[in-house]
Amino acid sequence: MRITQGAFSYLPDLTDDEIKAQIQYCIDNEWSVAIEFTDDPHPRNVYWEMWGLPMFDVADASGVMLEVDGCREAYPVHYVRVSAFDARLTRQTTALSFLVQRPPEEPGFQLDRQEGPDRTIRYTLRGYASERPEGQRYGRGDS
Amino acid sequence: MTAPAGGGFTMPRPGAGGSEQAVSAEDDPPVPLADDAVLDVDEVRRESDVDAVLERLDAELVGLVPVKTRIREIAALLLVDRMRTRFGLSSSRPALHMSFTGSPGTGKTTVALRMAELLRGLGYLRRGHLVSVTRDDLVGQYIGHTAPKTKEVLKRAMGGVLFIDEAYYLYKEDNERDYGAESVEILLQIMENQRDDLVVILAGYKDRMDDFFRSNPGMSSRIAHHIDFPDYTVEELAAIAGLIAAEHEYVLPEDTVRVLRDYLDKRMRQPRFANARSVRNAIERARLRQANRLVSEPGASVTKQQLQTLEPADFLASRVFTDPPEEADAEG
Repeated sequence: MRITQGAFSYLPDLTDDEIKAQIQYCIDNEWSVAIEFTDDPHPRNVYWEMWGLPMFDVADASGVMLEVDGCREAYPVHYVRVSAFDARLTRQTTALSFLVQRPPEEPGFQLDRQEGPDRTIRYTLRGYASERPEGQRYGRGDS
Repeated sequence: MTAPAGGGFTMPRPGAGGSEQAVSAEDDPPVPLADDAVLDVDEVRRESDVDAVLERLDAELVGLVPVKTRIREIAALLLVDRMRTRFGLSSSRPALHMSFTGSPGTGKTTVALRMAELLRGLGYLRRGHLVSVTRDDLVGQYIGHTAPKTKEVLKRAMGGVLFIDEAYYLYKEDNERDYGAESVEILLQIMENQRDDLVVILAGYKDRMDDFFRSNPGMSSRIAHHIDFPDYTVEELAAIAGLIAAEHEYVLPEDTVRVLRDYLDKRMRQPRFANARSVRNAIERARLRQANRLVSEPGASVTKQQLQTLEPADFLASRVFTDPPEEADAEG
């Protein structure tokens, strides 16, 4: 199951040139670009780990791509995303966030239903991948 | 209703299909020109703003003939490469890393700035900005500090020119535990792998740069253009003084220029002479003396012309004229 998170995730995976163009768009808008990675696929997992610091003064997308490649090399089977933060007053939020790498196999989620009183049902989404400990979730446990 | 290819629901993808061709057609002509086609060199020149940059180089920089010749050659090569692409000939991107050697104040930084603009005009750099750094910006203070620091600087310079001033400080031959070597290593790696994204210019004094290259043969061989900046003659320095004065909207009358030449002649023979930088300093000090002269005059009333003019006296008061040469302060 291909998870869909952030922008462009319903599209075929972006090529490096397309990623570069998107990053350049962020830089041209004066958003600071950051790279994050995780291996917890849950949609409500907001605590991704940062790869280095956000890049505030990079003028060209190839500088960011250098870091994206660095992150991909260090975490070959993690999810990696690029997020751009718009620091302008009145916005001050993430302006764009999209995946730049996903694991080769994504096992998907189990939906748990918990029966409550009065026939209520509580739903829990549990990623099959997150049954294994962190770092060993998508094959090649060495990362 | 037609089912989208590949099953499942998909979003229409902007840029896919027909419009993609339109984009690529804009970027470069897909069909190479015929073998017997003729290209108008002037037209290609006009397309890039190479002439504007070269003209500014001529107007703003006095002398420096070998430097200008080399820049012209590089510009010509880049133009030819551009025309070769039009015919579908292979045009491997030339190695553009450079080293600028010369005495202080011979315009190395200024030329680097122009070089960034020139390369951008020719489409070899996407941004054309100049990131000027020294050893402090590249080399860390403890183990593990250097690599991220150097990479940070390189990231900032991507798409433009990285100008490393006094590059020989990067590598200290007598201290093998110095972190500079690590920085040089990363620099070399990026210079090789990211040739399309970054142009590195190393600058420094001639003899020390030679030593630096001798202890880093890898660095020397990755730099295609070793450009030596000659010292200025008195005539050229006087012309530079005229340019600097004009920049500040001052006027140097004929007799002031004569005194200034005399001053430069004496100053050149003194220690710590820094070419154009010394000229700039001399003008700055003349401005101070002129201001003092105008203000302290009794019954002061000044005209626009007086405010603009630097008199010979403003230069004659310099210590270069009054002190015997061996005791003279270098920047007097």
